[in-house]
Amino acid sequence: MASFFQAAWLVTRKDLLIEARTREIAYTTLFFAVSCVLVFSFGFVREGRPLEDAASGILWIAIAFSGTLALGRTFERERQTETLRALLLAPVDRPALYVGKLVGVLLLLLVVEVIVVPLVALLFQARVFAFPLLMASLLTAGTIGFSAVGTLFAAMLVRARTRDVLLPVLLYPITIPVIIAGVRGTAALLGAEPDLPIARLWLSMLAFFDVVFITLALWTFETVMTE
Amino acid sequence: MDFTSLAFIDVTRIYGRRRALNRVSLRCEAGEIVAVLGPNGSGKSTLLSIGATLLAPSSGEVRYGDTTGPADRVALRGRIGFLAHDLYLYPELSAAENLDFFGRMYQLANVEQRIAGALERAELTDRSSEMVAGFSRGMRQRLALERALLHEPRLVLLDEPFTGLDDRATIALQARLADLRAAGCIVLVTTHDAETIEQIVDRAVMMQSGRLIPVEDGSGSLRERCRKLSALRV
Repeated sequence: MASFFQAAWLVTRKDLLIEARTREIAYTTLFFAVSCVLVFSFGFVREGRPLEDAASGILWIAIAFSGTLALGRTFERERQTETLRALLLAPVDRPALYVGKLVGVLLLLLVVEVIVVPLVALLFQARVFAFPLLMASLLTAGTIGFSAVGTLFAAMLVRARTRDVLLPVLLYPITIPVIIAGVRGTAALLGAEPDLPIARLWLSMLAFFDVVFITLALWTFETVMTE
Repeated sequence: MDFTSLAFIDVTRIYGRRRALNRVSLRCEAGEIVAVLGPNGSGKSTLLSIGATLLAPSSGEVRYGDTTGPADRVALRGRIGFLAHDLYLYPELSAAENLDFFGRMYQLANVEQRIAGALERAELTDRSSEMVAGFSRGMRQRLALERALLHEPRLVLLDEPFTGLDDRATIALQARLADLRAAGCIVLVTTHDAETIEQIVDRAVMMQSGRLIPVEDGSGSLRERCRKLSALRV
């Protein structure tokens, strides 16, 4: 078990080191997320007043769209240099590679959220910091669920010619429960009268989705990576 | 886990409608260098990828000593060193970082010591902290070879290992292959350049359209014998 987590950590550390040097995924993902929020703010904020409940939806759209971009790129890098095959040759349980990649994407998206959430708060006058712990839990749980499915699909599609098109086509329908739970949970917190029990209910739903998606991904990763 | 032989038994691999390998059988023993010759697209790389457990055969099986590929895969992969045509190096990492990453993935003891030795053999000690992206093909090839051999594998699979090497590096690689044979490794080398490898191989086989043909000992150079063999088959 120790070697499993050690291998996962090595993959995450390597991805973060490469990202720190190139900043390719971080910049593109962040730029895309910020652009997304800005464009929506022009549409949904009139005379300084945002549309009711728009903030939560826009926040999750920005996370989902920019997350798709990050997921595609993380395996594209391994494909270009064929290093994915070197990882598959290593004497470690292959699901450890999945966990390593997942944690790398997750950390990257959490960094993006650190920038995007205050931007949404500013542009949509949303009280995102009123319940910081619950808000952070909703965002983290939702991002884990989205990334768990996305990492698996990105790995599966790494050799497909149309992977850029197929990834969102496959990813969004499967992650709809996560996105709905994230949007409704966040909306419950950002409403005029915050509904904490409802937010907690959606949070527990997200935790359930996370467990299901990660279990399924760990179970199938070895099979989907064997050519 | 250890083994002293590698056997491909009636291995077939089909990609869509194309048969890349057609009932290939080959046995290699420890302390033997076997050359797999043949033109581009003849199935050499597919054979090596199957031997490395990266590809599963469509039919037939590969035996590593007494065990088959699917049994105890994790331990088996720890005994295989594979240098592919794509070099499996991260261009954004330095030479030392690449070796360190793979050394730790293989859970090797004395990683620093092994890395220092590998860099010395690759003649890259002075450039160990430089990014691989700035290396020439020959330098990358030498580093990739050391990456593949860092964990002292029993089975060494080398796909066109002489690509991009200058004369001095070619001679060094030939010596390295002889050392591997002396150390009891099973070495399988693919190449389309029979001349470079003739002096060091114990025997050669030829791949043609997915079929494996043994190259018999006889008069003439290895290249001439291969040429005659392929002319006969056409």
